Amino acid sequence: MLIFLLRRFAVMILTALCLTYIVFVLTNLEPNLEKLAKFQGSQRMTDVEVTAFLERNGYSRPDYIKYAEWLGLAPSFQATQPDGRITSRCDKGNPDGKATKEAQYCGILQGYWGQSTVFKQDVASIISIRLGLTGKLMFFVTLLMVPSALIIGILAGMREGSRTDRSLSSVSILSTATPEYVSGVIFITVFASSVVGLKWFKGTATSAMDTATFENFFLPVLTVALYAMGYIARMTRASMAEVMTAQYIRTARLKGVSFRNVVLKHALRNALIAPFTVIMLQFPWLLNGVVITETLFNYKGFGWVLVQAAGNNDIELLLGVSVISVVVVLVTQLISDIGYVYLNPRIRL
Amino acid sequence: MEALSGLEIALRMMIQFVPVWIALAIALGLSWHYKRRLGLYGKLFDSGIGVIGLSIVFFWIFTAVFGLFDLIVTHDALKQVSGMKNKVPGTPLRGATEADYGYYLLGGDNLARDVFSRMIKGSWEVVKIAPLATIFAFMVGIVLGLPAGYYGGKFDTVLSFLANLILAFPVILLFYLLVTPEIVETGLPSYMAVVLFLFPIIFVVVLLNSRFHTQPSKRNVMVAITIVSMGWLYLSLVSDQSGALPILPSWLDGFDVPGGILVVFVSVVFVNAPTVFRIVRGQTLDLKSRDYVAAAQTRGERPWYIMLWEILPNARGPLIVDFCLRIGYTTILLGTLGFFGLGLPPESPDWGSTINDGRKLLSIYPHPALPPAIALLSLVLGLNLLADGLREESLKD
Repeated sequence: MLIFLLRRFAVMILTALCLTYIVFVLTNLEPNLEKLAKFQGSQRMTDVEVTAFLERNGYSRPDYIKYAEWLGLAPSFQATQPDGRITSRCDKGNPDGKATKEAQYCGILQGYWGQSTVFKQDVASIISIRLGLTGKLMFFVTLLMVPSALIIGILAGMREGSRTDRSLSSVSILSTATPEYVSGVIFITVFASSVVGLKWFKGTATSAMDTATFENFFLPVLTVALYAMGYIARMTRASMAEVMTAQYIRTARLKGVSFRNVVLKHALRNALIAPFTVIMLQFPWLLNGVVITETLFNYKGFGWVLVQAAGNNDIELLLGVSVISVVVVLVTQLISDIGYVYLNPRIRL
Repeated sequence: MEALSGLEIALRMMIQFVPVWIALAIALGLSWHYKRRLGLYGKLFDSGIGVIGLSIVFFWIFTAVFGLFDLIVTHDALKQVSGMKNKVPGTPLRGATEADYGYYLLGGDNLARDVFSRMIKGSWEVVKIAPLATIFAFMVGIVLGLPAGYYGGKFDTVLSFLANLILAFPVILLFYLLVTPEIVETGLPSYMAVVLFLFPIIFVVVLLNSRFHTQPSKRNVMVAITIVSMGWLYLSLVSDQSGALPILPSWLDGFDVPGGILVVFVSVVFVNAPTVFRIVRGQTLDLKSRDYVAAAQTRGERPWYIMLWEILPNARGPLIVDFCLRIGYTTILLGTLGFFGLGLPPESPDWGSTINDGRKLLSIYPHPALPPAIALLSLVLGLNLLADGLREESLKD
């Protein structure tokens, strides 16, 4: 088990390094740097000025050196500004010109995530605030999604082919066919617009960032939960239906155990192994839904930051965002593997 | 003229869709009549879910094709008519002449364009890209997944790592990195297209070669024809006179794909291919220990023959089902791209962009965003139902 964990951990680190390097190279492509220079300097910079700006600030050096700097394996580049001040990454956002000529390491390994060019703020603090907001959203999503998906799946799979099964399966197919930008639009139209006139909920979730109430937070939560819910419900149904045909269930029924007890005590535990892994693997996918939903409902969380960073080619913020999302993906994969082994005694590493 | 009531709008839309109803009736009628001779496709007509799914999918395909020839649309999808901005469904057209259709059936959007016609035109954007992109993703997945599963070893380890690497990327981040004007400028999509579009040629050539390599004369002719025809298509697709790779001289270059479409296409293939790879690899791992594979190995068949003519046909069930689901997923991805305004031109009538345009005024004027949203929902639902029907029918035997 320990060796398995260590190997998985090594692969995780390697994946994270590769992915961040890819993001790094893509954001450091020439047209992107030009856009960055014009964003930081002025829109009317000539080509020569752009080149000089990139040269001066160390952007025109090879990618791997810049990447090592970002990681904290190479000393930070020291730029000499036109007015004679020396600036470097290690100023951490307050260039006072006191940066010294000595080699200083300021990277992820030293705990410094860099400076956002769009928000003019520390990347680590932006991400921690926004991640907290998205965490709040995800908490309620999980609270809504997991129990309802499991209940739908179990009720449908309990008696395969029955009328309950047919109707619940149709509901779950419908929900997997509804991406967030469709369900969000429909929900806002029905429950929040002045045309239908129900006005039960609010069409934006901006106020939910401070105080989340049922009125301003339910629609975004439902929108994120719905798309994944159908998938989990279908997996639960398949797994439940398979367990219900097993020999030991028939034995229990023949023994005279009531149907209710068979489902709750004999079938449920075994039927929940497969959905567990599916639920864990759904979390990375939920990130997509979060980005769309946060944009649609104007909720300024992690997904919103991703859109802002990517849209403005904010290199360090984008790298921070990708580190977080990659870690989320890999950690959920790891938990799903470990949980699978733990729940299923037939597999032993 | 009076504004139309809800019932009249529905009736007039039904009339607009007449060509689609006729085509749908013919297609379903013929398939029903010959269903015993049509294999798995024919068996689909035994399952209720499958027929519903198939009808919805056919409906949108016919709508897209007829819409392309301006049969169903009532107005030009790009024309702005003054005074029709954000008008509710059924509003009579201001200043209509004899030649114009008298109403905006589903209202006008915030640029005073006809929502109904844009929805119809948008279906072609999906039908044009989604199935083709899915086929390309399958070619890449099959060509790489078969040997990875069959041989295993280092090759498999490396490819699986790469596949997991791409899958660990949040899709939207990848789109934001790949589908920007700056990236198109560097020519990166063209280089990716060079690699990705090579796979269908490899697939067909290896397929034919492995089958007919015992009859060299026949094999040579078939492989030559394939390489020349598909190679020309490939080179015309890849080379772009004004773009990054002007390989072919202009008299030979059959067609140019606009940079925006190409980058959308490439990134959708790129996102889908690793999942297909994993499915094919898993199926191959499962099937390679079967007796018929052992029999073929004992006969002295070559590895590629076994992979493509023994294993692949036997793995077709899950692959066909996944193909339908994946077209639906690709449709969703295209919508996502449109929703974030990535890749496709801003006036493009595709559903994602239209939803994105409409969402800003959603709580006052929901009618511009709702029709494309429901259209996208119904198409994906149809594909999912079709996949379900296929799964049910293919499990029966």
